[in-house]
Amino acid sequence: MRIALFATCIVDAMYPATAKATVRILERLGHEVVFPSGQACCGQMHVNSGYLKEAVPVVANHVAAFDTADYDVAVAPSGSCVASVKHQHPMVARSCGDAALEARATAVGAKTYELSELLVDVLGVTDAGAQLGSYFPHRVTYHPSCHGMRLLRLGDRQSRLLRTVQGIDLADLPEADQCCGFGGTFSMKNADVSSAMLQDKAANIESTGAELCTGGDASCLMHIGGGLSRQGSSTTTLHLAEILASTMEEPASVTGEVLVSTGKARR
Amino acid sequence: MTTFLGMPALPAFGSGNLFAGESFPKAAHRELGNAQLRANLGHATHTIRDKRQAVVSELPDWEQLRDAGSAIKESVMARLPELLEEFEANFTARGGVIHWARDAREANEIVAGLVRETGETEVVKVKSMATQEIGLNEYLEEQGIEAFETDLAELIVQLDHDKPSHILVPAIHKNRTEIRDIFLREMPGADPALTDDPPVLAMAAREHLRRKFLTAKVAVSGANFALADSGTLAVVESEGNGRMCLTLPETLITVMGIEKLLPTWQDLEVFMQLLPRSSTGERMNPYTSLWTGVTEGDGPQNVHLVLLDNGRSAALADEMGRSALHCIRCSACMNVCPVYERTGGHAYGSTYPGPIGAILSPLLTGIQAEENNSLPYASSLCGACYDACPVKINIPDILVHLRSVDVDSKRGTKKVPSQMDLGMKAASWALSSGRNLGLVEKGLPLGRLAAGRDKKIKKLPGIAGGWTQSRDIPAPPAQSFRDWWAKEHRDAGGSPGTPDGGPSSTPSPETKEAQQ
Ligand code: SF4
Repeated sequence: MRIALFATCIVDAMYPATAKATVRILERLGHEVVFPSGQACCGQMHVNSGYLKEAVPVVANHVAAFDTADYDVAVAPSGSCVASVKHQHPMVARSCGDAALEARATAVGAKTYELSELLVDVLGVTDAGAQLGSYFPHRVTYHPSCHGMRLLRLGDRQSRLLRTVQGIDLADLPEADQCCGFGGTFSMKNADVSSAMLQDKAANIESTGAELCTGGDASCLMHIGGGLSRQGSSTTTLHLAEILASTMEEPASVTGEVLVSTGKARR
Repeated sequence: MTTFLGMPALPAFGSGNLFAGESFPKAAHRELGNAQLRANLGHATHTIRDKRQAVVSELPDWEQLRDAGSAIKESVMARLPELLEEFEANFTARGGVIHWARDAREANEIVAGLVRETGETEVVKVKSMATQEIGLNEYLEEQGIEAFETDLAELIVQLDHDKPSHILVPAIHKNRTEIRDIFLREMPGADPALTDDPPVLAMAAREHLRRKFLTAKVAVSGANFALADSGTLAVVESEGNGRMCLTLPETLITVMGIEKLLPTWQDLEVFMQLLPRSSTGERMNPYTSLWTGVTEGDGPQNVHLVLLDNGRSAALADEMGRSALHCIRCSACMNVCPVYERTGGHAYGSTYPGPIGAILSPLLTGIQAEENNSLPYASSLCGACYDACPVKINIPDILVHLRSVDVDSKRGTKKVPSQMDLGMKAASWALSSGRNLGLVEKGLPLGRLAAGRDKKIKKLPGIAGGWTQSRDIPAPPAQSFRDWWAKEHRDAGGSPGTPDGGPSSTPSPETKEAQQ
């Protein structure tokens, strides 16, 4: 299968290791990965902050990058960016009265998948250890981000994949379904409430005794990791894709080129 | 007395207790500092949340019920004028009197006038959101009429001269010790030996209220539903105090928002399953009172209904926002809301707190009223409210819609654009092409420099300072994924892909090793 990678702006700029891991997983399964280079961002920051007009060129760019490319399906290592592509893009196009853009956006949305969704529903991965060689001998807890959980209804796809990683010690996160408090510009506009939510999430993560917290959304992980780091915690965050891509021969670098939030060497 | 509501040329916005007097972030900052409040709220919301979850998950057809509830409400909104007229005809035919009120002031004047006609100076009240919305108690007091709340929690709030902080559990922000102290301080004849044992507190309130029920000649209520096909009104409550008010006095005055209509008696079936499970986590509602006009020799003989617009027509005119009028005030959305759970209801200013308040208040008043434009931002858009809402109001989508109404309402009016405006404009440029973003990413090594030796960025200026208030930012990578990919594929001799053009191809097998 020819799979187009939508890296998402935050992963592209801040967490390239997550995108590289995504490429590795897909190639390991024997698929061809392409990177439509016109891509930039899904535009949800603009939409969610009320700047619909400013979102239009961002959405139009994404649609242009992905409806000309020759590929079977598109994938992004982010639940909220995929939810934006699927649900917000047609709405943004409608808001500016561009019916043609709306139709193209809907078509692009229909073939865009979140990583775990693609792996489980399309590529038939049921056992990450057996099919991907995933090996990650660490105590990990998992935060299911809101948009993956409620907008994409990912259900237990991500946690099922994690559970089948060899060597992993997966600890249940108390109150896992509670929002971490990120919410895009909410974290700045309502910094106090966001911080209060983050504190509780961090405390729950710490209570599991996990070395790191994983999830499917780099933005939530950046927020959670940034909070843990500020509190002086040794617990870090790592994207799900990097755990799945980790093997016995090539273990995930949790301290590698992309610094996980604390930037500290973990053992 | 019948006045035709008419179709106003401009949206007539609501008045009364619908306004945030200070911006949400400011109010939230203050409320977050109250540790007792947070502890009470955290405990209370989690208890109700779990109870709701348990009784909702035991119904196999819960999702169908939600669909039905949503569809019925949608059809009501689509033909509201016609249903209102049908209701008016039936209610009037059975001896009730309808009054139409455009806004809070009109509604208050109508109620005060009706009480004055009876010659009474005291009324008992059934817990009602509509009368709180219009500030009826305060208005009546100005007119020399005393209103006694009879719902236990509402009574506590009233005795404490406080404001409700939750639509179903108005005193959710108080614990039992605080309640005992309020009773001792404010309740005439309270036993000085009163303990904070809940049954003891309930008995004290009961004695206090019993005296009022037996002497009151006039009651004021709200209504949960109105059935157009029969002219019936319904009040749904748990304590039975409402039932006392609805049956004992001679005169009953009900104030109800025009959106509470249901087309037929049969539709009630759906809502009587949705409401109790969503609000109190009960399978069946304890006291459901229904009345249709006047029944000779039984119950109130003067039955009035004030139909309140107060901005509802304006909300109805907002195509994306109108489904906020589907709300049946169950409070499920606030009980699951991570923001409400931490700030409490007072931070929202209006009678309607939590997620529904964050959309309903600005819809009823217009986005530019006081600080109501700060309300749609009081959400991380986690979507828990939408999942919990029994009538499937897509609150997150409406929040986002109202944010854009807010941003658009300010376009061109500001001499100096805000930091947020500038940031969004710059980001729109950077994020609307791969080439532009690639250029910005060339600056990533600078961020590395800013991060310093511990590789964390700890303080940013301006609005971004909200981020570094409680979080570090990791040092950016030396190279973006985009650059890495281009380099890999160039080195591999593959087509690098034009900056804004089509896809670049996958690496040749040999370079796959190199990428790790
Ligand atoms: S918006 Fe929905 S969940 Fe919230 S109070 Fe209204 S009906 Fe209940």
